[in-house]
Amino acid sequence: MSTTTHDTVAAHDDHHHGAPKGIMRWLLTTNHKDIGSMYLWFSFIMFLTGGAMAMVIRAELFQPGLQLVEPNFFNQMTTVHGLIMVFGAVMPAFTGLANWLIPMMIGAPDMALPRMNNWSFWILPFAFAMLIGSLFMEGGGPNFGWTFYAPLSTTYSPDTTGLFVFSVHIMGISSIMGAINVIVTIVNMRAPGMTWMKLPLFVWTWLITAFLLIAVMPVLAGAVTMVLTDKYFGTSFFDAAGGGDPVMFQHIFWFFGHPEVYIMILPSFGIISAIIPAFSRKRLFGYASMVYATASIAILSFLVWAHHMFTTGMPVFAELFFMYCTMLIAVPTGVKVFNWVATMWRGSMTFETPMLFALAFIILFTIGGFSGLMLAITPADFQYHDTYFVVAHFHYVLVTGAVFSIMAAAYYWLPKWTGHMYSETLGRWHFWCSVISVNVLFFPMHFLGLAGMPRRIPDYAIQFADINQIVSIGGFAFGLSQLIFLAVVIKCIRGGEKAADKPWEGAEGLEWTIASPAPYHSFTTPPEVK
Amino acid sequence: MTTQPKSNRKLLTMLILGAVGMFGFGFALVPLYDVLCDALGINGKPQGTASTYEAVIVDESRTVTVEFIAHVQSGMSWEFIPTVNRIEVHPGQLTHAKFYAKNLSSKDTVGQAIPSVSPGQGAAYFNKTECFCFNQQPLAASASAELPLIFYVDPDLPESINTLTLSYTLYDITAKVGGGLKQGAAK
Ligand code: HEM
Ligand SMILES: [Cu+2]
Repeated sequence: MSTTTHDTVAAHDDHHHGAPKGIMRWLLTTNHKDIGSMYLWFSFIMFLTGGAMAMVIRAELFQPGLQLVEPNFFNQMTTVHGLIMVFGAVMPAFTGLANWLIPMMIGAPDMALPRMNNWSFWILPFAFAMLIGSLFMEGGGPNFGWTFYAPLSTTYSPDTTGLFVFSVHIMGISSIMGAINVIVTIVNMRAPGMTWMKLPLFVWTWLITAFLLIAVMPVLAGAVTMVLTDKYFGTSFFDAAGGGDPVMFQHIFWFFGHPEVYIMILPSFGIISAIIPAFSRKRLFGYASMVYATASIAILSFLVWAHHMFTTGMPVFAELFFMYCTMLIAVPTGVKVFNWVATMWRGSMTFETPMLFALAFIILFTIGGFSGLMLAITPADFQYHDTYFVVAHFHYVLVTGAVFSIMAAAYYWLPKWTGHMYSETLGRWHFWCSVISVNVLFFPMHFLGLAGMPRRIPDYAIQFADINQIVSIGGFAFGLSQLIFLAVVIKCIRGGEKAADKPWEGAEGLEWTIASPAPYHSFTTPPEVK
Repeated sequence: MTTQPKSNRKLLTMLILGAVGMFGFGFALVPLYDVLCDALGINGKPQGTASTYEAVIVDESRTVTVEFIAHVQSGMSWEFIPTVNRIEVHPGQLTHAKFYAKNLSSKDTVGQAIPSVSPGQGAAYFNKTECFCFNQQPLAASASAELPLIFYVDPDLPESINTLTLSYTLYDITAKVGGGLKQGAAK
């Protein structure tokens, strides 16, 4: 394998386009590493913004009764929190990781379509400025839940709904461009010898995710467009008075929505499949089965959408069909968990911060999978639907699942990105504070849901008071813990122990064959993969 | 992006076409949904046009309860009620029923009643030979009207169903039809 000749590469860069300095460098950059960093910072800012909204929600729910905010503003907080976390925090973080890592992992000099890459990032801030800006306008921002069910989003929505629609359009276009870029890069730019079944799993999972994105983001765009025309242009897609059907909204939305939740978890599977072997000092158990499991999850994800709609009065045979398909997804997911555990079996494990987050991921994501299975049981879902049990379920899979895997990835690749080791002490503080508080935050929500507390309400019956107080305390603690992460990252960028090219003994992959920090241009001559 | 190698451009075109196609598919779901619901009779949406009553054999041995419910869209000041709440019918028997509507507002208003049958699987067996819901219902300020409905229950109604609930929701469509009180067929 070759380690490229950094010096000639840097010189080449300078005379080639004389990299602009200052703000123009970032506005005009087409470099995958620059764009990756911008995505990651953007995602982190959105994570803190959405987090601040969650703090408002938890502060209001600290006690029964209405004390801090108006119910309508509360609804805007839950809605925009959800939208920001899904489209602003988790998805851009994965795109950022893809930008940084995929070219380095497959031995390519950059993404295949660098100019489009720049666009797909730079339209995002506008989308979110529009979305967040609508909160301050007359009538307030979106208040109909991140799922924007009609007629809440049509007949009863605020006047700013048009801004919501356009911001979702822009987010969708950005994701689709990102996905196209990932596919073209992986298909066309692999180094010689990098055959399909040698691709690192992060690359595989992202490839499959990109196809999911191209398949369902346009459907989301269609759904918001129908909401737009129903609200402003007199169509009746979802309006029974004009021959439409509000239940159809849910079908279209969840046709997008369920694959979307897998868009937010498949890249995590790739990350965990890189980290667990590295710190177990063993090869990943069952590589091929991991690839097939990912592909089957992706295909099955199109056949389960109506498990979000069991209570809409579907015929029994449809309820059973969606129930069994949903449970079927647990099989390939189980294969993955089994493979990770088998990888650790008799490995010589060490527990640096990335590994701690990866282990927490496996355990806590599995808890989320189990509550998902409970929700998939049609008759049981009639009790759980629209309660805090659902809130507990999706926060286990999304926060201790997707978000924890992103944290794990950040710790794992920070030395490669910055050239410095992060502070292991601070990293562990971050991990332990997060993992304890996140369970105080989300675990009791299961009990609230089973006891019947509905989701998306600013006030609740008095018997839920104690548990809500515990949940809120967990929430504040989890929110504060993330500031440790910010400190770790800034400290690591500024300096610290010099990182070796391959700082983790058991790590595998082309990205560890180039220098730390990764030079501005890497693999300008493709490496030879044996 | 004109400098892309040829293979990139081909793949790029395919992927963009894929995305555009899926955008179209999102809209294709709308008619697809209606067709599927119709074909499988699963949405509680009864047929929107009059069926003809062909001398069906009346099944005297069986009695089905038909219940009527009427709702008015919130904010619309009409009174809208069935004149009888429930009747017992034999499958195949042609039956008359009436609803009563009164415009309580001081404005001429056009209403549109949207029917729905519960349980949903029963919708396909509920046949209306005449229904006010096939048309718009214009009512001048303070005017009232009796709205006729003639129906029969298909004798093939599954054994498991012995009550059919027909529910109407009345919507104010004055703005949509341009405010005029013209009589026209509803969609
Ligand atoms: C074994 C795997 C899973 C099963 C069986 C499952 C099942 C379900 C079911 C049945 C619901 C609907 C509950 C209701 O509304 O009554 C649901 C909701 C949800 N699930 Fe899962 N799920 C699984 C994995 C995941 C994953 C991996 C994610 C995301 C990473 C996820 C994210 C969500 C979200 C966001 C919702 C709530 C959507 C909303 O109403 O706002 N689930 N899940
Ligand atoms: Cu789902």
